[in-house]
Amino acid sequence: MTQQMGSQSLQFAEAPFILSSASVVGKKEGEGPLGKQFDMVCDSDKFGEDCWEESESTMQKEAAALAMGKASLKPADIRYIFAGDLLGQTIATSFGLMNYEIPLFGLYGACSTCGEALSLGAMCVAAGYADHVLAITSSHFASAEKQFRFPVEYANQRPLSATWTVTGSGAFVVGKSGGKAKITGITTGVITDYGIRDSMNMGAAMAPAASKLIVQNFKDFGRTPKDYDKIITGDLGYVGQEILCKLVKDEGYDISSVHMDCGIEIFDKEEQGTQSGGSGCGCSATTLSAHFLPQVESGKLQRILFVPTGAMLSQVSFNEGQNVPGTAHGVIIEHAC
Amino acid sequence: MDYINAFWVGGVICALAQILMEKTKMLPGRIMVTLVCTGAVLGAIGIYEPIMEYAGAGASVPLLGFGNLLWKGMKEAVDQNGFIGLFMGGFTSCAVGVSGALVLGYLASLIFQPKMRK
Repeated sequence: MTQQMGSQSLQFAEAPFILSSASVVGKKEGEGPLGKQFDMVCDSDKFGEDCWEESESTMQKEAAALAMGKASLKPADIRYIFAGDLLGQTIATSFGLMNYEIPLFGLYGACSTCGEALSLGAMCVAAGYADHVLAITSSHFASAEKQFRFPVEYANQRPLSATWTVTGSGAFVVGKSGGKAKITGITTGVITDYGIRDSMNMGAAMAPAASKLIVQNFKDFGRTPKDYDKIITGDLGYVGQEILCKLVKDEGYDISSVHMDCGIEIFDKEEQGTQSGGSGCGCSATTLSAHFLPQVESGKLQRILFVPTGAMLSQVSFNEGQNVPGTAHGVIIEHAC
Repeated sequence: MDYINAFWVGGVICALAQILMEKTKMLPGRIMVTLVCTGAVLGAIGIYEPIMEYAGAGASVPLLGFGNLLWKGMKEAVDQNGFIGLFMGGFTSCAVGVSGALVLGYLASLIFQPKMRK
């Protein structure tokens, strides 16, 4: 059978499995609605390190170790790592994972990196280039604020549309056989520019990319929203969710009853003051690992479309007055018995 | 009475800046620069000095006061040294404030550790 579907999608002839996953989060995430579902919650957000960047690296290292341990694998059993984070030159990944001495592909897809890593990992395993790969991403509130907005010490005020970067790391072991969830297909996103310039309003910048990707997924696979139990975006938040449902509706599909957003699930916006919701690579990765994947594994959800979204800006592009373009990566995850 | 005047004038200035933060898409840096420039202009047209006499620290501590100070230093230096004063006065008059912020900021960084926002 042909594995290439439509213009942007793949359907794997031999679907790779997600053998195990792990989530490591900070204090605030641990106090949120999903708090009890995470594998590890650190009380200090520093993870025993001196600076925020090192804390993020340690978080990735811990998540990787947990995921490998759950699958009873050693670092030597992992053929490749596909990993990334939000920091410049993805240092959280390079510094965090270097001691494992596993061949590593460093990725940057902003907050969509989890989908990008799972897509490439699944392609790699499905093609027979590896028996086991590790897909891992992270974000840290304090290091991301420093990178993209203002250092936390500056005590800048946050507008209502601002999302809250999740402190967390999610890791997934993808392998040829053995798990209760499999990646049956992927849809890869294009960079979409909707003319948003406000780095405090990422949801609006990324919603058009998510909408394009979801509609493309329907077209490529000949599916409708009914074919998915849930369509789960990464970190559009409350602002982005509204825009997304409207944009997809304009294309003739109604996803409002099946759509969920990791950024909305991970925090309680009234109790925790997180305004528009959570964001960051760690948001979609930890929520998928701790909340949605177990439901797919148990069969409660039979087929989901996981669509983490990313805002592809840098401090330089932003300071030079460029728009904030968005992207999205779609991963179809199904229950396997 | 001095305290009350300082309190309400300073409060009004901060409230106006907060309206800019809430109701416009201006970034904080731009709002700060706007305040400094406005202070310099208000000083130049002679409005800010009477406000400062009335409200004391309530008007001199916010960024408007910093703008006014820059203008005052510039004016004195130009009066004394002519054209070259343009490049001297501003820094001279704000030297205490800027050096104070640098030194105290450094001391604070030695004593305190960065913490996560709640």
